[in-house]
Amino acid sequence: MQIVKREGTSVKQLIIIRLIAIIAAVIVSGVFIVFLGYDPVKVYSNMISGALGSRIRFRSTLLEMVPLVITSLGILVAFKMKFWNIGGEGQILMGAFAATYIALFVDWIPKYLVLPVMFIVGFLAGGIWGLIPAFFKAKFGANETIMTLMLNYIAVQWITYLQYGPWRDPELKGFAKIANFPDHALLPKVMGIHIGFYISLILVAVLTWFLRKTKRGFEIAVVGESVSTARYAGMDISRIIMSTMLLSGGLCGITGVVQAAGVTKTLTMNVSSGYGFTAVITTYLSGLSAPRVLVVSFLFAILLQGGSYIQSALQIPQAAAEVLQGMILFCALGSEFFTRYKVRFARKNSVSSEVKQS
Amino acid sequence: MDKTVLVEMRNICKTFGVIRANINVNFSVYEGEIHGLLGENGAGKSTLVNMLSGIYRPDSGSIFIHGRQVNIHSPKHAIELGIGMIHQHFKLVDVLTAAENIMLGYRKQGFTSRKSMIGSIRDVMTRYGMEVDLNKKIRDMSVSEKQTVEILKVLYRGSKILILDEPTAVLTPQETRKLFEILRNLAKTGCAIIIITHKLNEIMEITDRVTVLRQGKSVATVETSGTNIRELTELMVGKPINLSIERVNTPRGNVLLSVNGLTALGEHNVPVLDNVTFDLYEGEILGVAGVAGSGQKELCETIAGLYPVAKGDILFKGENIVGYSPREIIKRGISMSFIPEDRLGMGLVPSMDMVDNMLLKDYVNQPGITINRKPAREKAERVMKRLDILAPGIYTPIRKLSGGNIQKVLLGREIDANPHLLITAYPVRGLDIGASYTIYDLLKEQKKKGVGILYIGEDLDVLIELCDRIMVLCYGKVTGIVDAQRVTKEDLGLMMAGVSPDKKEDAACK
Repeated sequence: MQIVKREGTSVKQLIIIRLIAIIAAVIVSGVFIVFLGYDPVKVYSNMISGALGSRIRFRSTLLEMVPLVITSLGILVAFKMKFWNIGGEGQILMGAFAATYIALFVDWIPKYLVLPVMFIVGFLAGGIWGLIPAFFKAKFGANETIMTLMLNYIAVQWITYLQYGPWRDPELKGFAKIANFPDHALLPKVMGIHIGFYISLILVAVLTWFLRKTKRGFEIAVVGESVSTARYAGMDISRIIMSTMLLSGGLCGITGVVQAAGVTKTLTMNVSSGYGFTAVITTYLSGLSAPRVLVVSFLFAILLQGGSYIQSALQIPQAAAEVLQGMILFCALGSEFFTRYKVRFARKNSVSSEVKQS
Repeated sequence: MDKTVLVEMRNICKTFGVIRANINVNFSVYEGEIHGLLGENGAGKSTLVNMLSGIYRPDSGSIFIHGRQVNIHSPKHAIELGIGMIHQHFKLVDVLTAAENIMLGYRKQGFTSRKSMIGSIRDVMTRYGMEVDLNKKIRDMSVSEKQTVEILKVLYRGSKILILDEPTAVLTPQETRKLFEILRNLAKTGCAIIIITHKLNEIMEITDRVTVLRQGKSVATVETSGTNIRELTELMVGKPINLSIERVNTPRGNVLLSVNGLTALGEHNVPVLDNVTFDLYEGEILGVAGVAGSGQKELCETIAGLYPVAKGDILFKGENIVGYSPREIIKRGISMSFIPEDRLGMGLVPSMDMVDNMLLKDYVNQPGITINRKPAREKAERVMKRLDILAPGIYTPIRKLSGGNIQKVLLGREIDANPHLLITAYPVRGLDIGASYTIYDLLKEQKKKGVGILYIGEDLDVLIELCDRIMVLCYGKVTGIVDAQRVTKEDLGLMMAGVSPDKKEDAACK
């Protein structure tokens, strides 16, 4: 058996590969469901109807999608530059932290300006959290993967400290929780969905334009492809890395603002329930295309929403539902490999396999 | 007298994806023979020998060693069969001595004494008339010494079949001669030697027979004594080709670029450019010769503002441009173009199409924050037409084009900016003969227009035919600047080894 690199993949091949992945996921997970003693058909139909079956369910699927979309966009700009930002989690939390400060502790801002200011400071705080590793990468060549990851833990501990310490709501006596946002600091709703959803759609459009049509978008792509080419073309690489990470972290920070002001209504650890990491997957699956982030995030939201629905509807334990999600995801990610490589079965006198990578 | 066939490869096929690297290749080597493997880039030479050395396995076809059919499944197996490969890039451990490198990873029995191993290495050396200091560390060795160690290594492991991949690319003519002597000695004792090269005169000099590959097929195997360079070229390219470069004589203009005492430092503050001084005139092609890594790359990059200058001046039309970044050079309207050695790693973005690659240096001069791709589209179409670039269209990613077309895109973009100074580093490296001549023509055309050209080359014949003057570098120092029409290859070779043209006594410049 040989694994051979594909020379370009046609759209038809891509569709076939993806379809096979979905079928494989359904079959493998089906076997797992049977083992658990459930009817796979019933589980699958419940997952779908749980995510899309009614207006309310559809709406909550869309709400589940919002943080994935915005965070993915943030991760996307960094990945386009081959800057491996896996610190989305910390950037989300720092964005939420800054917005919470405005919402709860600044009272001199006119009420109608509170939300816009929250977005601005949320963007800046997330951006600064992204800028720190970018600075060290640009100036000293520090490894951005480790730095962004480590900054997550600092952010998590910082929020925990605030929750149990100085920002703990005194009115709740013994319960460690930060006070809820006042009404003017909550996201208004349009057609039953908070405006974070519409903001995410606008951001997709803006980012698509930014990456395709602006000079900075072009520079990001060139730096991502080859730093020496960028240098050759006279680009200021440090500045590009830092400003791009300000944007990347800033977008993640916006996720924090949207989740705090639209969903949790205060600052808690739940503001970012792993979106910073999930977005790495959705960004990767989208092939670094902003419009496709929307599609992938929607499918992902169905998976999350359907997964939590079957827990309550069919009494499937949470762990089992998560295994199910994991298996479907495994097939989807695994199929990516086959879009770039194909397996060829050689003649029978071959003894060992060889891997050719070029 | 019957000759024994040591290696035979029959009907070898190998494909990589859609690329058919070898199609029914037949190839055989006799005992005691030096066999040349000739072909253009991508003709399938490396693929073929890699199957012999166990790195790839053929899709179909059979290999016989000493008349026995074998299925070589790993490089280790190849060594057991007596096949030794000497790669272009040496695989030696820098901090160890020659003897340690030779012994490394090789053990016949459980324990062997160091003394007896060194003894047997010396036996091999005397048998083949090789000379190397076994206690010298690899990092203190010259390229040709390292190569000798590599050869010694495979011989020590009992190889009777030696494969050398472009062994002379890194050597001066004198070192090449020494290598050839060793190879002849080896052949006399019954070894079979396969030498891959695209230098035709070396083929004529050293080999007994030549096998020519073209587009994955073995087109012919001929006796070297019964052929000539012209015939081999035709076999290699598939059509007759005129090999001489016609020199254009243009009057020399004003001084365009004046470099004074240029010094640049490399790793550990070792000078990679040492007090380099020269003038380049308008309408002149100044060639730069030297063994690979003598400072050519750094010379180009310091002028282009990509490598820091430690000392010295670079005057472009009288203006000192030391310390200018590439962006400043573009913005100040200094009309200079640099064609870097690593085209896809530096000059172009391989995943982008021609349009975006045309934008690479121009986009910054556009107003506002957005990019207007219309001028770049026009430029791409213009360049494609002017240089006859073969591509499905201007929106095809550059990496999908052939090497020659990629180079034309790069050169086309730079020429389109009408530069006064053109710096080209190995512009024909990796190109086939036809494409190389197109590039020479384009450079001559620029020369006629009065452009000053700095041409870094590796083929001394081409340098002599194409350039007006040739500057020779050795360890970052200029050993001399000579008139191309009056210099011989021998003299250039001596200068590359550090001997100045005026005093021909031994003066290695390390």
